[in-house]
Amino acid sequence: MAVETKTAPVLRCQHLGIQFGGLKAVDDFNLEIGESELVGLIGPNGAGKTTTLRTITGLEKAASGSIVFDGHDLTKITPSKIITLKLAYVPEGRHIFPQMTVAENLEMGTYADKAGMAGTMEDVYARFPRLSERRRQLAGTLSGGEQQMLAVGRALMAKPKMILMDEPSMGLSPLLVQEIFDIIQEVNRAGITVLLVEQNAKMALSISNRAYVLETGTISIEGSAAELMDDPRVKKAYLGQ
Amino acid sequence: MAASLFVQGLINGLNQGAIYALIALGYTMVYGIIRMINFAHGDFIMIGAYTLFYTIPLMVNAGMPAWMAVIIAIVVCALVGVLVEILAYKPVRKAGSMSALITALAMSIFLENLAMVLFGAKPHNVQAIFQLPTVRVGSVSLPLNVLLTIAIGLLIMLGMQFFVKKTNLGKAMRAVPQDKDASTLVGINVDRIITLTFAIGSGLAAVAALMYCSTYPRVTNDMGSMMGMKAFIAAVLGGIGVIPGAMLGGILVGLIEIFVKLFAPGWYEAVTYGTLIVILLVKPSGILGKNLGEKV
Ligand SMILES: Nc1ncnc2c1ncn2[C@@H]1O[C@H](COP(=O)(O)OP(=O)(O)OP(=O)(O)O)[C@@H](O)[C@H]1O
Ligand SMILES: [Mg+2]
Repeated sequence: MAVETKTAPVLRCQHLGIQFGGLKAVDDFNLEIGESELVGLIGPNGAGKTTTLRTITGLEKAASGSIVFDGHDLTKITPSKIITLKLAYVPEGRHIFPQMTVAENLEMGTYADKAGMAGTMEDVYARFPRLSERRRQLAGTLSGGEQQMLAVGRALMAKPKMILMDEPSMGLSPLLVQEIFDIIQEVNRAGITVLLVEQNAKMALSISNRAYVLETGTISIEGSAAELMDDPRVKKAYLGQ
Repeated sequence: MAASLFVQGLINGLNQGAIYALIALGYTMVYGIIRMINFAHGDFIMIGAYTLFYTIPLMVNAGMPAWMAVIIAIVVCALVGVLVEILAYKPVRKAGSMSALITALAMSIFLENLAMVLFGAKPHNVQAIFQLPTVRVGSVSLPLNVLLTIAIGLLIMLGMQFFVKKTNLGKAMRAVPQDKDASTLVGINVDRIITLTFAIGSGLAAVAALMYCSTYPRVTNDMGSMMGMKAFIAAVLGGIGVIPGAMLGGILVGLIEIFVKLFAPGWYEAVTYGTLIVILLVKPSGILGKNLGEKV
């Protein structure tokens, strides 16, 4: 897959630094993602992947550096306004609304912009037939896999330009992992830019155009997915070869 | 004779119950959203009642309808609620539930003492808002203003239920306590929703003040403590954090109070607390309460 087909960046982080009580969690983080790219971000536990995504979406504050999405500096925007720029986040651990029904959860996805809600909801149900069968079920009673689908579905309800996904395969059976990855690819083919954080490096690299490796808060390796799959360091540490 | 006494009790109990229900709603909404018992909530009724005391004559003298005073009381209470939240509670929100609890207790004492300094310790008589006759049906006397306030109370409760279930803001109010991060991600300004909750809960206290004053037209600086306590019991009884629970609990506590006072005066507190204990033993989360230990 050619790397150089990248267009103007949709998301660009420059010299991003994030701290918790003086401890650096992420340091001098640089990343650039072009329109309609599917980019992977892999790395060991505690590397700072979730922290980075939470900072991009305003749930944590950056200590230094800039995050520009679609021409807007996200570090200067009220967190609840970020979704109105059409940047959605499927957080680690799903974070659905457990005491709302499946339908209500999806509806919450349109909180910031209700236009065309009914149509988008039917699209989401078409993509996730399991959710369609469970419209009136409380989200807290869904299985883990169904909750993950609901989290993705809720993000899609906002008709995002870009989606950040944090370990969508966590805790799912191999079959469901495949299903979720298929959906991520479909979403990307529909023109939505994707930044995919994964523990499952093999799967992530198999569907990504490019990828970054984050280790103890800094990007250590970056390149096309093919390059990374051939990189001996990646092979050894993340692909078990 | 017994039947008419029963009907009389039912009406008075519903009246009392609707007052508690409106106050309990304030407790429950705030608890529902930030898991905090706002012990100063009862004192918002006192603020509402003093506002009525001062504004009803103003309205009447200005040739305006007396009920306009209620609007002013709602606005005043909502503002006080919002101020209390922003100035006192928000700064300690991350400091743990014990700090929040103590802050709320301190706020209650502060408001009661402030009222004593401003308005004095002697009770004031609030002018009636509705000048409605009492009709007699058989041996039952029906004060129409009581019926009217019951109707207002029930209407507001129905309205709240509709608001929370159907409107965008109401849904945000339900979403925030379930998951603050997810709420932010879908575009809910969490701080603003918390403030709105305080505004609505405190505004309801003004309506409760109206209902209370149409039955007992007396305002004192400490009137909020007693009512706040009973409404708090109502909220816990019905299931704290659950809106229909507050309504049911309020009506129950009101009915119990009136009926026990009617048939076994002196037993009223024992029966109220006894009911609370029995219900909490059977169902610790209250009658309509949800089990909070759900899977997340
Ligand atoms: N709220 C917080 N307070 C203090 N430290 C935090 C906080 N959140 C994250 N950290 C720390 O920041 C570091 C990065 O954590 P993060 O969750 O971003 O890792 P991750 O790459 O997503 O790991 P995993 O693959 O296990 O999900 C960890 O050392 C973590 O302990
Ligand atoms: Mg993580």
